[in-house]
Amino acid sequence: MHINTFDHYQTRNSLIHRLDPRVKVVVTVLLILSNVILPDGAWLAFALTWGMLLFCSLFARISPRFLITRSFVALPFAFAAVTAIFTIPGQAVFEFNISSWHLTASDAGLIRFFSILIRGWISVQMAILLTASTPFPDLVHALRHLRIPDIIVATISFMYRYLFVLSDETVRLLRAREARSASLTGKRKRGGSIRWRARVAGSMAGQLFLRSYERSERIYNAMLARGYRGTLMTLNPHEMQPKDWALGVIALVMLVIIQIVGRNYSG
Amino acid sequence: MPIVHDTHLQDKLASCIEHPNGCLLAVENLSFSYPDGHAALHNVSLHIEAGEKVALVGPNGAGKSTLMLHLNGIFLGDGQIQIAGMQMDKASLPLIRAKVGMVFQNPDDQLFSPTVFEDVAFGPLHMGLPEAEVHARVERALEQVGMQIYAQRLSHHLSMGEKKRIAIATVLAMNPEILVLDEPSAGLDPRARRSLIELLRQMPMTMLASTHDMRLVQELLPRTVIMDQGHIVADGPTDELLTDQALLEAHGLEQP
Amino acid sequence: MLPTLPLLRPDALHIPDGFLNLTVAIIFWILTVIFIGVAVRKTRGQFGERQIPLMGVMAAFIFAAQMINFPVAGGTSGHLLGGALAAIVLGPWAGMLVMTTVVGVQALIFQDGGLVVMGANIFNMGLLTALIGYGLYRGVQGRSRKARLTIAGVAAWLSVVAGALLTAFQLWLSGTSALRVVFPAMLGVHVIIGVGEALITVAALAFIWQTRPDLLTEEEPKGGRGWIFGGVLISLAVVLISPLASAFPDGLERVAMNVGFIGTGLDAPFEILPDYTLPFLGETGMSTILAGIVGMVVVAGLALGVMWLLRRPAQAES
Repeated sequence: MHINTFDHYQTRNSLIHRLDPRVKVVVTVLLILSNVILPDGAWLAFALTWGMLLFCSLFARISPRFLITRSFVALPFAFAAVTAIFTIPGQAVFEFNISSWHLTASDAGLIRFFSILIRGWISVQMAILLTASTPFPDLVHALRHLRIPDIIVATISFMYRYLFVLSDETVRLLRAREARSASLTGKRKRGGSIRWRARVAGSMAGQLFLRSYERSERIYNAMLARGYRGTLMTLNPHEMQPKDWALGVIALVMLVIIQIVGRNYSG
Repeated sequence: MPIVHDTHLQDKLASCIEHPNGCLLAVENLSFSYPDGHAALHNVSLHIEAGEKVALVGPNGAGKSTLMLHLNGIFLGDGQIQIAGMQMDKASLPLIRAKVGMVFQNPDDQLFSPTVFEDVAFGPLHMGLPEAEVHARVERALEQVGMQIYAQRLSHHLSMGEKKRIAIATVLAMNPEILVLDEPSAGLDPRARRSLIELLRQMPMTMLASTHDMRLVQELLPRTVIMDQGHIVADGPTDELLTDQALLEAHGLEQP
Repeated sequence: MLPTLPLLRPDALHIPDGFLNLTVAIIFWILTVIFIGVAVRKTRGQFGERQIPLMGVMAAFIFAAQMINFPVAGGTSGHLLGGALAAIVLGPWAGMLVMTTVVGVQALIFQDGGLVVMGANIFNMGLLTALIGYGLYRGVQGRSRKARLTIAGVAAWLSVVAGALLTAFQLWLSGTSALRVVFPAMLGVHVIIGVGEALITVAALAFIWQTRPDLLTEEEPKGGRGWIFGGVLISLAVVLISPLASAFPDGLERVAMNVGFIGTGLDAPFEILPDYTLPFLGETGMSTILAGIVGMVVVAGLALGVMWLLRRPAQAES
């Protein structure tokens, strides 16, 4: 059993895929940053950003539908911004009553709400495009190049490797619990009180912890056996090419244009 | 009490002890207890010459894995260990670890890097080899196990049999003189097991493998060492030991 | 109740990009980076060479443990966030690093939480939870098993509630949500989610206690006594502020407004060049051109900074 659905990397052969992962990480973060500092109601700039994203995804031969479907992971959070519609002062657009509450939606509030939503939606698609076009080990290399402390990069690398192993283990544990908690047909409630159920879940977590702890000791031994002496050494598989620089600069120029547009044409 | 069944072998051992440098691996009176007090090895002595292929069999908890972890200096017990003429101590440890290629039982413990390439490169890199040499070694090691095209694969996408092969490649990249394998055929389906046996058969180097797989022992390893409760209880030609029904039964083993 | 259903998981704490303004995001990045910097140094001393495999596998463990659930009622289920558990079993600094990695990987692979707001997410789910979780637990170190498990449960519950409240504050400071709605909503939901966290944490610790007591009954505690102070202080703050903020959100908002705190989110947070004119030159063509030049200099500086970041580091092997 493999939990491969975790990995959203899409194997393609495109310029975007071949781009140095450092450039991709930096450009993605800068574009998300640009998104965040665009003023409310900068619809044209939002559209421009999204158009650029669309262009990149087509260029990477990753279907925009993939980005959009995956982007809904951030949707539940939209609820957090709903309140903006009714609390930011402005011209009343519509109003209604929920039981004893009287709610008035203001134009400024609506602009704010949709701006937040669009910022979040475009940003998450950018992050999805990054992961879909970059194998995770390359992202780890990028982090190392970008001066993230070694211990964190190494922890991420090990975490990524054992994520799959431990998730498989967890799924087996969950399945074993499922198999043992068979119930009489028709009886919906099963498996005792909430406390008891929580204890079963907690024991599973404890068991998983101990197995993981012991595994880390075996891994440490395997590292020692191959000459590990406390410092992790790595090869550097990436070198910045002229095309990487060029694309980085193009992205920066786009970013500046988007900001200029956003600051001059916002609703 | 250690019983040594084969007299020829005893002569060989004697010569080994007289000229320890002639032996690739010499363990003398090794004892080891875990921190919790559990004694795992009692006065174990074992000598292996270059080119020998030795099976290490015995019930679970006999001390096989503990002994193997000593050969690489991961555990340091009381007694003497010499490998390729080097006394095991802190100073010689890096060299010894390059000479002894440890293949652990569970390849998921041994393959700890995200990609196959990074895992195979780990040993050579930590031996301090230059980049070009590391690349050459990875390529050669993967070729030796027939997995050249797997270099950029992610380890978690491999099958058990593939993982075992890569695990072997990770130590081959260090050019070891002796290959130490813990349960090499555990968890493999018949086809993967068969192909692993064929792979190990082609390996020219000295080999010490702990296993419960008696058919693998019979096919691959001419000499067998039986361990039980921290002692070596028998050491001799596989053909003889594996036909000694009484001996096998006394130590919870079965004929192939 | 449908809208709150997806919120009944600790996932509700993974803030996506776009929901916090830059000022709030940067403040929490700075705080997070400081904590991580200390944690990197402290854990090296604690685990030595064993550090990398242990923390990597522990991060994977927390990730996997978050998959474990138990049904509560009406299709909802209890989940683990794991910050308190990680800090209690590994020590506070190691727990923080492990949770940092978990939050980082969740954002990078699964887009659970944004990249620019990652500092805040790490702080809420990894640092605050570890501080409260370990701080309270450290106070009863050496006491009876029952006392330690009870406090561990309280700490786990409080860590989730505190993380949720801080998330609510950040959303409010960013001008995304109205405090009077988001605060009681987050509080209400996470008071319940926290119970699941507490029950799983206690049961997990009890299991570890039974099987490997050596991992929990160390001679030397994994963190100093200072943690008790920090943990208790933050816990008190949470316990005192929550009812106040829920009861009088208007008062709190007014205070913030007076201090000039809020409102940062209502406009673009920093206007280096407002409307592309330089204030002292007024609205002239010259001003726009000059602004353009200044803009180019800023971009060039940014590009140089990026180049420095992208520089090929010295070879790892000597």
